[in-house]
Amino acid sequence: MHPAFSVLIFTVTSGAGYGLLAWLGAGQLLGYTQGYIVAQQLSLGVIAMVLVSIGLASSTMHLASPKNAWRSFSRFRTSWLSREAVFAILLYPVAALYAAAIFLQWPSINLLAGLSIILALVTLFTTSMIYASLKTIRQWNTPMVPALFMAYALISGGSLFLAVNSFFGALNSQLLAVVMGLVLITLALKLVYFFWQGKPQGATIQTATGFSQASVRLLDAGHSAPTFLNREFGYQVAADLLLRLRIVMTLVTFIVPLGLFYWVFDGAGRTELLAVAWFAMMAGLLLERWLFFAEARHVVRLYQGEQRT
Amino acid sequence: MKLGLFIDLDTCVGCHACATACKQWNTSGTIGPLSDERPHGKDPSGSWLNRIHSYEVGDSPHSKTVNIPMSCMHCETADCVTVCPTGASYKREEDGIVLIDQDKCMGCNLCSWACPYGARELDPDSGTMKKCTLCVDRIYDEQLPEAERQPACVLTCPTSSRVFGDFDDPDSQVSKLTRERAGQQLMPELGYNPVNTYLPPRNPKQQDSIAVSPMQGVRQLVNRIINR
Repeated sequence: MHPAFSVLIFTVTSGAGYGLLAWLGAGQLLGYTQGYIVAQQLSLGVIAMVLVSIGLASSTMHLASPKNAWRSFSRFRTSWLSREAVFAILLYPVAALYAAAIFLQWPSINLLAGLSIILALVTLFTTSMIYASLKTIRQWNTPMVPALFMAYALISGGSLFLAVNSFFGALNSQLLAVVMGLVLITLALKLVYFFWQGKPQGATIQTATGFSQASVRLLDAGHSAPTFLNREFGYQVAADLLLRLRIVMTLVTFIVPLGLFYWVFDGAGRTELLAVAWFAMMAGLLLERWLFFAEARHVVRLYQGEQRT
Repeated sequence: MKLGLFIDLDTCVGCHACATACKQWNTSGTIGPLSDERPHGKDPSGSWLNRIHSYEVGDSPHSKTVNIPMSCMHCETADCVTVCPTGASYKREEDGIVLIDQDKCMGCNLCSWACPYGARELDPDSGTMKKCTLCVDRIYDEQLPEAERQPACVLTCPTSSRVFGDFDDPDSQVSKLTRERAGQQLMPELGYNPVNTYLPPRNPKQQDSIAVSPMQGVRQLVNRIINR
C-alpha cells in the first residue's frame, strides 16, 4: 500500500493526543493527578487536543474532494471511517467541558474525565478498525491491529504525560514504571505481529484467476504506464531494506525510550531525557506507520502478476 | 434481479475492444468524463472501468494464454459500499448494480482499498471514484432498439465472449451457461460473492508431444537418407 504521508501524521499524532487525554482522565479517576496544579492539568489537556487537531487536519489532506468531507458523518451504521469522524468530533465538546471542570473545580469532573477516556479510546478503536476491517489486506485484517493502535497511543501519550509532568516538577516514578511496562508489552505484541505476518497465507494468483490446478504467470498487465491501482497498491520496497527498517523502528520506538526511562528512573527527574524519549518514540512510530503501509500487500497485486500476498 | 456479466475465458482473445468501448461510452455517460493524465505523453494514465490482464496458465508445452477482463463484479456482499463514509457508494435494491454518486464522493480511496478486484479507480481530474455502471444509462434506455439495451463492452465484443443478463432468472442465457459450463467466481474465498461469472477454458485435447505417426516416421527416414 502506498503510504500517504498525511495519513501517517494523522494516525501517529492524533494517537499520541488521545493517549495523553486518556492518561489525564485516568489520573482524575484513579487519583494520581490530585496533587497537580490547575495549569499543569490544563496544559496536559490542551497539548492532547492540539495533537489530536493537528492529526485530524492532516487527515483531510489525503482527500481528493474535501468539499464533500462533511458527508462522512452520514454512514455511522456501516462505515468505520464514518464512526471515526463522528467520535472524533464528539470528543471536542466533552474535552472542552472537561477543561472547564478542571478550571472551575466542578463536582462533575469525574464524569467528564470518564467520558473523555471512553471517547478517546473509542475513536482510536474506530481508526484502527478502518484498517483491520479490510479483508483485502491480510496484514491488516487481524485483531492485533486495533490492539497495537491502542497500545501505541497509550505509550506515546504516556511518555508525553511523563515529560510534561517532569517539566512541572511532579514526576511520579510509579507511573514511569507503568509506562515502561506498557512499552515492553507493546514491543512483545509488535514482535508477535512481525512473526505472524511472515507466515504465508491468504489468497494466491491461483485463487485470484480461478486456475487452482496450474501455475499462472502474468504475460501482460494490459497497460503501458502505471495506473491508479499500481500507484495505490503496487508500492514495492526491497525486502532487505524493510528488514533493516524494522530493526531501526524497534530500536527507536521501544529500546531507546526504554533506556532513557531507565536512566530517569535511576536518577532524578530529568525533563530533557523524557522529552528526547518522547520525540524518539514519535519518530519511531512514524516509521512504524510507514512500514505498516509499505508491508501491507493488497490482493489486487495478484492480478498484476504477484504469486501470493 | 441480479444483473451481471458472464465472461467466456475460452473465447476471449484479449483485444481490449471491451475496455475501449467502455471508456468511449462512459466518458460521456452518467458519471461524467473519465479523465486522462498525459494522454499523448510518454506514460499516459487515466481512469478506466475495465482492464484486461493476460496470463500464461500451465507449463510449456501444455500452457495456454488466458485473457481475463476485469471490471466491477457487482458483488452481493459489496464491502466497497459498507466502508463508504459519505453514502456515495450504493448498491441498487432492484437490480444489484453498484454505483457511485459523483456528487457525494469525497475521494478518500477507502472503497478502492476494500475492493479485491481493482474495479475502482480515482479520477485524476474530478477527484472522485469511478467504476463500472453496467451501462445503467444504456440498459434501461427505451429510446434504443431492444437489442442495443446492453452494456457497451458486451455489444462490441468481437468474439461474443461477454454476455449480459440476470443471474436471478434460472432461464436466462447467463444462468444456463453458468450451469452448463461450471462458471466460477474469482477469489471466492474472500466472501464478496461476486455476481460476474467467468467460464474457464475448455480442457485442451491431451497431446503426446513426442509421439510420431508411422507415416511421419517413414518421411523422416527418407529425409535423413536424402540429406546424407
